[in-house]
Amino acid sequence: MSTLQSFLAVSGEAASFFKMGGYATYVWPAYAVFFLVLIADTVAPRLRRRRLLGELRARLARQSVRHERDATSAPPSSTPPSA
Amino acid sequence: MANWIPLWLHRLSSPPTFYRFAGTLLPWAMALAVLCGIIGLYGGLVLAPADYQQGDAYRIIFIHVPSAWMSMFIYAVMGVSAFIALVWRIKLAEVVAMESAPIGAAFTFITLVTGSLWGKPMWGTWWTWDARLTSELVLLFLYLGVIGLYHAFEDRRQGARAAAFLAIIGIINVPIVHFSVNWWNTLHQGSTVNIFGHSKISWDMLWPLLTMTLATKFYYAASLFRRARTDLLSLESGKDWVRRIAEGEADR
Repeated sequence: MSTLQSFLAVSGEAASFFKMGGYATYVWPAYAVFFLVLIADTVAPRLRRRRLLGELRARLARQSVRHERDATSAPPSSTPPSA
Repeated sequence: MANWIPLWLHRLSSPPTFYRFAGTLLPWAMALAVLCGIIGLYGGLVLAPADYQQGDAYRIIFIHVPSAWMSMFIYAVMGVSAFIALVWRIKLAEVVAMESAPIGAAFTFITLVTGSLWGKPMWGTWWTWDARLTSELVLLFLYLGVIGLYHAFEDRRQGARAAAFLAIIGIINVPIVHFSVNWWNTLHQGSTVNIFGHSKISWDMLWPLLTMTLATKFYYAASLFRRARTDLLSLESGKDWVRRIAEGEADR
């Protein structure tokens, strides 16, 4: 069989596969919904995790800045300022 | 707690231990889900012959039926862990129950949409208010109710307790969905696959269906692990082990 013939045979098989015996407009949307919903279900917790850890890091950074400021600034004097 | 529960189960229910445990199993569960999915879909879409009555339209069965089984299976898992969460107040049981709800809702939604896409060419209608379809729609509303109630409270654990209560009450709907095709006259066909008896389906169609069922089971495990890990980070965000994870991932 020539290359062209085998290519046509393969593409013909693929075309009939995608036609789904005339039910392509029902079968493929069903599969699309299945995969899109599951992909969304997989991506959503990943995004939430990234956001959570980002917020937590920001909070920790603010805390450490506050700690440093408290450590470097002079401690409040215990004696009241003289008038 | 009762002393018949093994010690390792106690340890596993501690959030940092479960976080690590789920993190180890997650990639394996996801890999098995993808592998089973590829094999099952190849068997179902390419190898299996067309149905003598329904032609190629029946091929929706390979996602519709596993999703429908998962919609009930996940509800059962959610109901049982909600019960454990209410009785023993185990934080991990709350997390498993509340993070199962969105996955269950996803599978219920898939079941309804793929069923509709199958019903149109076979029955001539997208939707009909019969027992099977209506009880499955009620199942979706129960999932959405659990999710909504959980998020309606300022205090997360209080919300989880209220939602767990709804989840337990709603469990009554699961046998109704399952037996609806026997109890009422319905447009929906009866069960095709019977675990304990003779299945009314040829092996060429049955093995892809069972492989897809395995794929959805593994997918649920992976998704639940991923969601539970994220939720534990959020619940325990003040704790040292979560801080270490946040700082460790900043380096990458």
